Amino acid sequence: MKRAAFAVAAGAVVAWSLAPAAWQLATALKPDSEITAAPTVYLPHPPTLRHFAALAKRKPLGRYLLNSFEASAAATLVAVGAGLLAASALARMSGRRRRRVLFGLLLLVSFPPILLLFPLYEAARALGGVNHPLALVIPYAALALPLAIWILESAYRQIPREIGEAAVLDGLSPLQRLVRIELPLALPSVVTAGILVFIACWNEFLLALTFLTRDESKTITAGIASVGGSSIYEIPWGQLSAAVVVATAPLIVLVFLFERRIAGGLTRGAVKG
Amino acid sequence: MHGGMSAGELVAEGIRKDFPGGTRALDGVSFTARPGRVLTLLGPSGCGKSTLLRVVAGLEAPTDGRLTLDGRPLDGVPPGKRDVGFVFQNYALYPHLSVTRNLSLGLEARGLPRGEIDERIRETAQMLGIGELLGRRPGQLSGGQQQRVALGRALVRRPRLYLMDEPLSNLDALLREGMRAELKGLFRRLGATVLYVTHDQAEAMSLSDEILLLREGRALQCAAPLEIYERPADLFTATFIGSPRLTVWRGRAEGGIFVGGAARIPLPRELAHGPTIDLGVRPEHVVVSVGPLPDAWPARLEVAEPLGDRALLTLRVGDETLRAFSPHRAWPDSLFASVDSARFLWFDGETGRRLESGTAGGLDWCP
Repeated sequence: MKRAAFAVAAGAVVAWSLAPAAWQLATALKPDSEITAAPTVYLPHPPTLRHFAALAKRKPLGRYLLNSFEASAAATLVAVGAGLLAASALARMSGRRRRRVLFGLLLLVSFPPILLLFPLYEAARALGGVNHPLALVIPYAALALPLAIWILESAYRQIPREIGEAAVLDGLSPLQRLVRIELPLALPSVVTAGILVFIACWNEFLLALTFLTRDESKTITAGIASVGGSSIYEIPWGQLSAAVVVATAPLIVLVFLFERRIAGGLTRGAVKG
Repeated sequence: MHGGMSAGELVAEGIRKDFPGGTRALDGVSFTARPGRVLTLLGPSGCGKSTLLRVVAGLEAPTDGRLTLDGRPLDGVPPGKRDVGFVFQNYALYPHLSVTRNLSLGLEARGLPRGEIDERIRETAQMLGIGELLGRRPGQLSGGQQQRVALGRALVRRPRLYLMDEPLSNLDALLREGMRAELKGLFRRLGATVLYVTHDQAEAMSLSDEILLLREGRALQCAAPLEIYERPADLFTATFIGSPRLTVWRGRAEGGIFVGGAARIPLPRELAHGPTIDLGVRPEHVVVSVGPLPDAWPARLEVAEPLGDRALLTLRVGDETLRAFSPHRAWPDSLFASVDSARFLWFDGETGRRLESGTAGGLDWCP
C-alpha cells in the first residue's frame, strides 16, 4: 500500500518534470501541419527530422555548441578550482567567521544578474571583449563561484579534522594536501559542483545574448534566440523545438556520464568511533 | 632496528594554553620525557592531556612556555618538521589510499629514496604483522588492523618521539588488553621515547615508566607508577590511581588523635597537620576477620562482590563505608576490619595534600 502510494507520487513528479521536455521533443519531430492542428495531435505521425535538417542548414549549430562548451567548461574549471581553495581555507576558519563569509556569499547570489549587465557590458567593451569567449568565462565563473564554494565547503567539513592533521604531521605541503588528500576525499562533491556549475553556465542566456553579436561567436542559448521566421508573423515552432533538443541533449549525456562518479561513501574507514 | 636514530629527550617548561573564549586548558605544565622511556599523561577528561600532546606535536601553539626536543627549541617548528610520530585516537588513516600508501606518504613528502621507503615499509609491516594487509584500504580492515596501520604510520617515520593519543580506547576490551602488552613490548624493542595519553589508570600503570597526572590543566604529580600509587601527592591522585578507589574518611584532629566516623586513630607523632584531616585506605590493605584482631573495627557486611580470585566487600563501620578485598568465603554479617597503621594515607582536609611523617610530603617531580 505504502509502496504503491510512493510509486504513484514518484510517477507524478517524474511526469510533471518530464512532460514539457517530452512535448518539446514531440514538437521537434512533428510535421508543420500537426504542430498547430486542432484537435491537438500528441504523437508525431509520421516523425520527421525535417526541422533539424532545416535548422542545420540555416544556423551553425556545431559552432554554437562548441562555443557553449568552451565557455562553460572554462568557467567550470575556474569556479571549481577557486572554490576548492576557498573551501579549504573556510574549513580551517572558526565557526563564526566561516558562517559570516558563507552568508556574505549567499547575499551576493541574491542580487539579480541584470544589475550587473550594463557595467559588465561596458567593461567588456572597454577591454575589447565583445564577442570574445573570455567575456563570458570570467562572469560565468564569478557568478557560479558562491554555489561551488557552498557545495565544496560542506564536503570539506565532512573530512575528519584528524585526517588533515595527519597529513600535516606527515609533512605534506598545503598544495600536496589539497591534491593528494582533500581533492580525492571531496571528489564526489567536486563532480557534483562541476556539473551544477556547468549546467548553469550552459543555460545562461542574458550575458550571452548581450556580449555576443557575431553569429559564429554565439553560444547555443543565444543562437536559439536568433532562430526566427521569414516574417515577424511566423514563428518556426518546429525549428525552435529542434534547437532546444539540440541544446539539451549534451547536458543529459553529461549527467549520465558522471552519474557513477557522484557516488558517496568514499570516507568509509577513515576514522573510528 | 633503529640503529643510529637516537631516542629524543623532550623538555617542557611552563606550558600554558588559553583557548579563545577564555578557557585555560593548560596552566603552566612542566615535565621531561626521558630518552627511551614511556611517559604517560594521565587524567580525567578535560584535564588538558590531549591538548598538551597536540601542543607538543605542533598542532596547537602554546600561549606560553617552552618546548625543546634534544636541546632544539620547537617554537615555530611546523608539525611535519618536528620529528615526532603521532597516533590518533580515531586512527585518521587516509581512506582513499592503500595501507602501503598510508605508510609511504609521509616518507615520500620527505623525499626519501624509493628503495629506502620500500625497505622501511617491509620492516614496519613485519614488526606489526600487517604484511598481508598492505594492498587493502582502511575501509576493508577491522578496528584492530586499522589500529596497527595507524601505529605503523608513526613507526615507519622512525621519529625521535612518539605521541600517542589514547590509541587503545577504540578497541574492545579483549583486544585492548592484548594490544596493551604488545605495545609495551614494542616500546621496549624500539627503545623509543613515548608520550602516551590515556584516561585509563590501569593502562597508565601497565605501560609507563613515569606517569604525569594532570587535573584542570595542572600537573599534580610526576612519578613512577608504583611510586604514585604508594605515595600519591594528594587526595585526587590517590583516588584516581588504583581500582577500586580507596575509601576516604573525613575527620579532624583532636589532641593527636584522628576522629572520623567510628574511628579514633592515633596520628603519627611527626605528622604536621591542620585541624581537618582525611584518611585514605586502599581496599587491598584492609584485613577482614571473623574474630576481633587488635585495633580492629567492628563492621557490618553490606555487599560482597565475587571477582573470581577474591571478593570485594563493602562494609559499614559506624556511619562510614569501607571497601575491602578479601579471600572468598561465606562471611557472617558481623565481622571485623583492621588496617596496618603504616598503610594509612593521611591528607590535609583543606588542601588535599598528602601529609607525610618525617620528610616533607608532596610532589615528586620528574628530574
